[in-house]
Amino acid sequence: MDESYLALLISAGLCALVVAVMVGASWLLGKRSPNRAKNAVFEAGNRAVGEVKSHRFPVKFYLTAILFIVFDVEVVFMYPWAVVFRRLGWFGLAEMAAFVLVLAVGLAYVWRVGALEWD
Amino acid sequence: MDFLIVFAKCLVALLIVLQVGVLLLWVERKGSALIQDRVGANRANLLGGVLPFNLGIVNTLMADPLKLFTKEDIVPEGADRFLHWLAPFLALFPLFLTYAVIPFGDVLEIGDRTINLQAVEAGPGILFVLALVSLGVYGVVLGGWASNSRYALLGGIRGSAQMISYEIAMGLALVAVVLTFGTLDLQQIVREQGKLMWGVVPAWGVFYQPLALLVFFIAGMAESKRAPFDLPEAESELIAGFFTEYSGSKQSVFMMADFVEVAIVAALVTTLFFGGWQVPWLHRDGFHLPGGLSIPLPSLLVTILQVLSFLVKLAIFCWLQILVRWTLPRLRYDQLMNLGWKRLLPIALVNVAITAVLALALQGWTVAS
Repeated sequence: MDESYLALLISAGLCALVVAVMVGASWLLGKRSPNRAKNAVFEAGNRAVGEVKSHRFPVKFYLTAILFIVFDVEVVFMYPWAVVFRRLGWFGLAEMAAFVLVLAVGLAYVWRVGALEWD
Repeated sequence: MDFLIVFAKCLVALLIVLQVGVLLLWVERKGSALIQDRVGANRANLLGGVLPFNLGIVNTLMADPLKLFTKEDIVPEGADRFLHWLAPFLALFPLFLTYAVIPFGDVLEIGDRTINLQAVEAGPGILFVLALVSLGVYGVVLGGWASNSRYALLGGIRGSAQMISYEIAMGLALVAVVLTFGTLDLQQIVREQGKLMWGVVPAWGVFYQPLALLVFFIAGMAESKRAPFDLPEAESELIAGFFTEYSGSKQSVFMMADFVEVAIVAALVTTLFFGGWQVPWLHRDGFHLPGGLSIPLPSLLVTILQVLSFLVKLAIFCWLQILVRWTLPRLRYDQLMNLGWKRLLPIALVNVAITAVLALALQGWTVAS
């Protein structure tokens, strides 16, 4: 097996162990005296009303996530090109420019229709 | 024997990030006190207060974690127990692992062995870093979702929107860096920065990619969710944001994740833009100053100097982030989104275009051959 994979496995194991101990420390060391008021969800002294998981929030957040996927895939596509672009030369640059231009037009459109506006 | 060396390297990488994370907690408290003209954490009643000198650092480094670890662990009513446990783990684990690919030195020569001072010698190091840093968003959004609290949910959603928005600018800034150096391997990138421009100036990334540095540093600070980008945990509106319903050690893990993120941004800025472990004009066999003067040094001393250089640069950029955090007020949410989408993203795109054209037009401009 390649040594770097072994190192990655060891690193992941060590990190997981340390983080797990840190997360579980209170459960192991802390005292336990639960009561209703303590276990209640924080609501600034009031009783929590209604269902939280069906709580509605602005549609803007969904839009941001969708835009993120579009542009993040663009960025991911640019990495392999960035590594070999000296070999591809001007041809590769023109191809990438065409690709980015299409997305830049998309960004300009999204900007123009106000999808990036928050109030 | 090989296994032991690999194990030791992984342990050293983990210890560096762990120590930096814990030390930053103290630096943050003392640093903020310095900036706000107060004394800061200085109470430590160790051994009943018989010691005459100030033990503030002991207080923050030992008493604080001990106190947090022995607090009661509360899972609120109606919360998803499994996800409530998983969220802090997912917030910190990928950040710790990121440090494994960051080179903290050149090579260590012991006898006939040459040890590369990088825990995981990953070829696609930058991709590995980006993948793991973006995993951190799961900790935030799951912490908010699992808590069954409105404040936490809002904090989690705000946090995830903020982190993914700035990830694009961050990724694009790194594309320009990859164009300059022609490789994804972090150790290779640092080695390239040991070259000289016009035989005098070290070929550090900052001289080739100042715009990328600016975008990357701002986006990195936004990823770490600290002021002025701390909207996910804005205390005045959201109590503590996504970790409102966390107590004891789980809460301290979220806190630690913030500091580790600071350390990672500092380490990446050092590695990509400020020569990593490079000391200007220092080569494997000693200094070769531009004037023609040479000072030969033993290999071990060179390695020690380089590791120290990495740690000093790391400390400088950690401190810079703490300075920013205690100087600037919090942004409004629309300002935050405008900065990410309308300023940094176009700047990063233009920077990639300029870099690509320059690199092809002036063949000698970039570092990679």
